[in-house]
Amino acid sequence: MTELDTGAPVVPETAPPDQKIKADRGFLGRAGIVAAVLVVAIVLALVQSGSGLVVWQSVVTGILTGGLYGLIAMGLTLIFGVLDIVNFAHGAFLTVAMFLSFGMIQATGLHPYLTLIAAVPVLFLLGAAVHRGLLSGKGGGSLENQLLITLGLSLLLENGLLMFFGAEPKTIDLPGDFQFPLLGAVVAGSRLYAFLGAIVLGGLLYWLLRRTRLGTAIRAVAANAPGAALVGINVRRMHTLTFAIGTACAGAAAVLAGPLVTVTPTLGEQFNITAFVVVVLGGMGNVVGALVGGLLIGLVEQLTTIYLGGQSSLLGVFVVFVLVLFLRPQGLFGRRA
Amino acid sequence: MSTITIAAPTGSSDAVKAPPLRPQNRQLAILAILVIVAIPLPLILPAAQGAVAVRILIFLLMAVGWNIMSGFGGMFSFGHAAYFGLGAYTSAYLLVKHNVSPWIGMLAGMAVAAAVAVIIGYFSFRYKLQGAYFALATFAFAEMLRLIVTSSAFANKSVGYSVPLIQDSSLWLIQFPADSPAYFWVALVLAGAAVAISIVFLHSRAGRYVTAIRDDELAAASLGAPVVRHKLMTVALSAAITAVAGAFYTQYYLFVNPDLGFGSAISIQAIVPVVIGGIGTVWGPVVGAIIIGSLTDVTATLLRTPPEFLGFLQGRSGLDVVLYAVLVILIVRVLPKGIVGTLAARWRR
Repeated sequence: MTELDTGAPVVPETAPPDQKIKADRGFLGRAGIVAAVLVVAIVLALVQSGSGLVVWQSVVTGILTGGLYGLIAMGLTLIFGVLDIVNFAHGAFLTVAMFLSFGMIQATGLHPYLTLIAAVPVLFLLGAAVHRGLLSGKGGGSLENQLLITLGLSLLLENGLLMFFGAEPKTIDLPGDFQFPLLGAVVAGSRLYAFLGAIVLGGLLYWLLRRTRLGTAIRAVAANAPGAALVGINVRRMHTLTFAIGTACAGAAAVLAGPLVTVTPTLGEQFNITAFVVVVLGGMGNVVGALVGGLLIGLVEQLTTIYLGGQSSLLGVFVVFVLVLFLRPQGLFGRRA
Repeated sequence: MSTITIAAPTGSSDAVKAPPLRPQNRQLAILAILVIVAIPLPLILPAAQGAVAVRILIFLLMAVGWNIMSGFGGMFSFGHAAYFGLGAYTSAYLLVKHNVSPWIGMLAGMAVAAAVAVIIGYFSFRYKLQGAYFALATFAFAEMLRLIVTSSAFANKSVGYSVPLIQDSSLWLIQFPADSPAYFWVALVLAGAAVAISIVFLHSRAGRYVTAIRDDELAAASLGAPVVRHKLMTVALSAAITAVAGAFYTQYYLFVNPDLGFGSAISIQAIVPVVIGGIGTVWGPVVGAIIIGSLTDVTATLLRTPPEFLGFLQGRSGLDVVLYAVLVILIVRVLPKGIVGTLAARWRR
């Protein structure tokens, strides 16, 4: 069982001081390496494109988009950290929420962000139902079964949406959307809102996990489920709640991302891939790592577009993914299992 | 019980009966009967059903390939599209650019796919990727190949290759008139050979090592099983068979592009029949491929002329995938061993 790591120093209190220093130094060292690589990458991008403005625009866009990736990945990493479930249906949940948001806007003319009121609870309930109905109990036991069930679920949701709504892309317009210049780069208001929303929601999730009784119980279940059961925590209920919270994160992310993308039934697939990369990069189960990983992946994606041009932005993401899987499978900020 | 009885044949009746066939010979005999029964099928079936039969055989090839790696070997692959696409693209490239027969292209595709699989496998085992991490890594490699092919002029970018048409039919170029039964027979030979190879492999010395490693790697290694070598052998064999499916697919549909070759839908199509039939069983891929192949056809007919209550679905796509997604979820929840696995377990009891 992977421990849920929320980014705080991971060395137990009783560890001898020198070990703690070593752990901190390792962490700082890795952060330094990441920063150095990032600087080199940006310099290379400057050389490649020859225009500071293009690179600056990419960096800004990358960071803003990365916040969104982080938000999507937070739900995924929470589910993985506590339940050990690799949830292939996360992207499909995101798509469901986007269609829900789109439908409400069409039906009632609500402001897009107000559909959060419906999307988050509905996705919470959907997540709880999926966990209780499909993933817990005898049949959902092994890793392969969970992979296959969530894979089947994502196919079911995506193609169900395709059947009922058709494949025509849909757009969500943000009333009063604006653009403003930031040191020469153009920033769309919707992108900025999405980024800020991601930060706020990430903070909320962090607070929930670190500062509330519920969060303590969730972390206890993640660290040692039998032990948590011994002290009176209802492990199965915590699992269902965690899965539901993770899914609700996808709902919130969908509403925030709605105005930025064209909504199609297969949209979730691509976000799902990116979210997995972010989760592995940040360390499976590490909520803050997911946010940082999201920012990094947003940057990687934009910089790859500068290097290679056109449609291959995902290629850089996968290269990073494979390198991280091979060299640091516990993630940049995780510890060795 | 005070006396120790050694497990000897009880009673003398066994000695009179003919010794039972060894399992692999029994399975090969069943396979031979199935193939012989299938030979006249394209002559009996109407043309539309003939196409379904060919599609079932393509599914079967992919399923057998996936089953060898993930069923027998226990390495859950989510990226078999990589090998399918490599097979398809290698043979298409050789045919289009160098006018090489697709048979040779198929062999070349098998070699390329096996080599790539060994490279991916070597690094994955070297860095001890397991379970979900391994599945994600295989997926990442397949997607990387798709993106590389999509963006390289060498492989015609997103356009892909079209097989040049010839006037008459030719077995050497695997090209026949559109609804010729010859396509079915070629696919039948390929699929039959693939199932036969999987049977022989499972019961061979190497196959026994592989299943032992799947069941308990540490124990197998302690007893001296060469773990990495056998894992790589499994991966290579699996990739080569999947590459055959890709090469034949290109010849049958006369066309391949990055999404048809390397798309994640292909990986899923390799997984689903095996899950439904039974992971790690010899006959699971066969049963699963028949179910999935015919399901696709039934839904297509249903949507062309829908009954009253499904009228709103006319012209919509997605129903077939919805149905097999539901089937996968149900099978995993209710019959985790798949149809064949569950039946076999009941038989033995």
